Amino acid sequence: YLPHWNWNCLTTDSQSEKSAVWIMALSRLSSRSNIISRPLSAAFRRSISTDTTPITIETSLPFTAHLCDPPSRSVESSTQELLSFFRTMALMRRMEIAADSLYKAKLIRGFCHLYDGQEAVAIGMEAAITKKDAIITAYRDHCIFLGRGGSLYEVFAELMGRQDGCSRGKGGSMHFYKKDSSFYGGHGIVGAQVPLGCGIAFAQKYSKEEAVTFAMYGDGAANQGQLFEALNISALWDLPSILVCENNHYGMGTAEWRAAKSPSYYKRGDYVPGLKVDGMDAFAVKQACKFAKEHALKNGPIILEMDTYRYHGHSMSDPGSTYRTRDEISGVRQERDPIERIKKLVLSHDLATEKELKDMEKEIRKEVDDAIAKAKDCPMPEPSELFTNVYVKGFGTESFGADRKEVKAALP
Amino acid sequence: MLAEDASFTVTHVHPMRTLDGITLPHVLRFLRFVTLPGKKKMAARIHGGAGAGAATALSTFNPKKLVAPSRTNLPAARSSKRCIVAAAGSDASKSLRVGHSQKLIANAAVATKAETSATTGTGHELLLFEALQEGLEEEMDRDPRVCVMGEDVGHYGGSYKVTKGLADKFGDLRVLDTPICENAFTGMGIGAAMTGLRPVIEGMNMGFLLLAFNQISNNCGMLHYTSGGQFTIPVVIRGPGGVGRQLGAEHSQRLESYFQSIPGIQMVACSTPYNAKGLMKAAIRSENPVILFEHVLLYNLKEKIPDEEYICNLEEAEMVRPGEHITILTYSRMRYHVMQAAKTLVNKGYDPEVIDIRSLKPFDLYTIGNSVKKTHRVLIVEECMRTGGIGASLTAAINENFHDYLDAPVMCLSSQDVPTPYAGTLEEWTVVQPAQIVTAVEQLCQ
Repeated sequence: YLPHWNWNCLTTDSQSEKSAVWIMALSRLSSRSNIISRPLSAAFRRSISTDTTPITIETSLPFTAHLCDPPSRSVESSTQELLSFFRTMALMRRMEIAADSLYKAKLIRGFCHLYDGQEAVAIGMEAAITKKDAIITAYRDHCIFLGRGGSLYEVFAELMGRQDGCSRGKGGSMHFYKKDSSFYGGHGIVGAQVPLGCGIAFAQKYSKEEAVTFAMYGDGAANQGQLFEALNISALWDLPSILVCENNHYGMGTAEWRAAKSPSYYKRGDYVPGLKVDGMDAFAVKQACKFAKEHALKNGPIILEMDTYRYHGHSMSDPGSTYRTRDEISGVRQERDPIERIKKLVLSHDLATEKELKDMEKEIRKEVDDAIAKAKDCPMPEPSELFTNVYVKGFGTESFGADRKEVKAALP
Repeated sequence: MLAEDASFTVTHVHPMRTLDGITLPHVLRFLRFVTLPGKKKMAARIHGGAGAGAATALSTFNPKKLVAPSRTNLPAARSSKRCIVAAAGSDASKSLRVGHSQKLIANAAVATKAETSATTGTGHELLLFEALQEGLEEEMDRDPRVCVMGEDVGHYGGSYKVTKGLADKFGDLRVLDTPICENAFTGMGIGAAMTGLRPVIEGMNMGFLLLAFNQISNNCGMLHYTSGGQFTIPVVIRGPGGVGRQLGAEHSQRLESYFQSIPGIQMVACSTPYNAKGLMKAAIRSENPVILFEHVLLYNLKEKIPDEEYICNLEEAEMVRPGEHITILTYSRMRYHVMQAAKTLVNKGYDPEVIDIRSLKPFDLYTIGNSVKKTHRVLIVEECMRTGGIGASLTAAINENFHDYLDAPVMCLSSQDVPTPYAGTLEEWTVVQPAQIVTAVEQLCQ
């Protein structure tokens, strides 16, 4: 069966997504002269890191706003940013595909929720904020961890349960954390991370940090009561919390129209403003997050709904095709894929040739394979790690056994 | 023992019906056959005794049987045809005290506590809730990261006045009135703790924290472990629990039994103003999440505490009364029932060692072990339900670790596995009364 939403309801001005892409491409061609400056020599085009030529990019769709004025569709960017978007998103995509093969090879066990298709949300958000702003999300956290500065080696080591993983092998796929970049995880019970996120925002306000917190959740978790409880408190206390609903239209196997009476997640805040964003367009995400950060620092909470899509099933144990058709998946991949969109932009701005992008992808593939090989060599955690980090050693916190030695788990 | 009087045997009252069928007049009807002196005293004794009797008939405890009580509940009782009452002994005046003093437990406990006061030199006298407030205020003065969040803790001053005056002193950002959403504000406290703040989260009644169980279990307890040590959660979750004065089933819950399995948290129960202040301060300073269990009926206990700053160790048990014959382990309000029973026992010639275990997770097996090695007999008196309570875990721990030192099986007196009834008499029967404690000690020390 097909869900009753289709392409048209994704656009509010009733253009189909396909035509929007063409219109954008045509507008680029016709307004080449509007580009502020074009790279002059071939040398500038090749390197990612040096060229900061500013570019203005139109988002594919306008923003839909609830109780606020939507930001403009023109996004300031640069060559460097465009190429780095491409590179990082390709890295994320490659990482997730590699995780897929590792799971099938039984090197990753348990639950593994993959983010491919949704990379634009992670990338766009990172581009708009600093490492002082906090991000907290549920279990689909591999790419966000990477975006926050985590390394591929830490990711694969943690996924395979090795001791060099970001959580020392004790967390697993659903528990990635990076304290120094204010990435608060990585949570298995959906919905529970939103009150945590509002608590982090409270702490930011308490310590007068001028930073915000992005509490991410999915369309499935959007129906959790604790979200509204946390939103109520955030609005009451004017906390700088931004609730980001990554709406990939399926809560595991349940389509959004079967789970939610109101599919407009950005309006669910009622008295809290909201913004609906095309989550497959990294620049739209970047613009929205920038807007949301300014709003949250001044006026309190705001909800962002990212309209996105995941190609894989809910997790590795879900084929992903029992509740949606393969045509739908391949349709989205053809028309809205975030990496393809960036690729087209790069090519249309003459920032790199096809071959260079292909080489970049080859490099990325090699990087990922090297990280996997290194992670495979990493040993499993020591048995004594079973009992470390249950409690923090410090002020009067030893757990005594019968003879005052370190307690073992068998003793209460 | 009164039950040995043949005229007093109530054979045709089926023990299983005792809880729903028994009423005071019901029992009193049989008293006209009793030849003991003074109906009035007898009434008082029955009042106290009926409570003991009904409860003991339903529990496995049956002093008439010489076999050790099994842990199964009703089947053992069913075979007992006697409704055992007034186990307090043959002295009518003493049992009168038992009967009436149940209503005055708190005051009697104050009298007991003054004898074994932990203070030296000058100090100041205050009530338990004031001691908690003092500890909280001192910690908030000392560390600007400490904040309080809960329902009505700010402007209202706290439903049990523990946070009275703090909002005026520290402002709205540090003493936060939350809406009624335990799940969310507990989660927010934990999220704030991940960044370094030290929130003290109050559940207006411990039972309400069941709504926040997910946050307490998965996030509070486990985040330090699942993040590989990156995040610490230095929260204190506190609130009153336990059976109060006819508060009803949902407001009389004992959550220590539900929380005890959660890995990563520590649980402590305070019982005197001295240890309330000390444990509050220690809990706030601890880097681990600590759940501090207070008791609704103990807030007005008065005691003299030291003027100088002090902290109690979170994992240590408190020796209330050293002794030789039997170790009685208890915590929170039951400490006072135990001390009440101890007075009776001393008069009867027993020398119980009473230990307030204070630390519910982890148990202070060192202090407990030393005591067991000395006395060889253990009685656990707790307010949790029989099934899966703190006493159940403690019994298992003692049996596993100190089996060779025990001369008698570990006996555990707990509350009945029933929702706490509203009616005062029924409510009394759900919790352990001093008379039952005395009988249990007598049985163990045979």
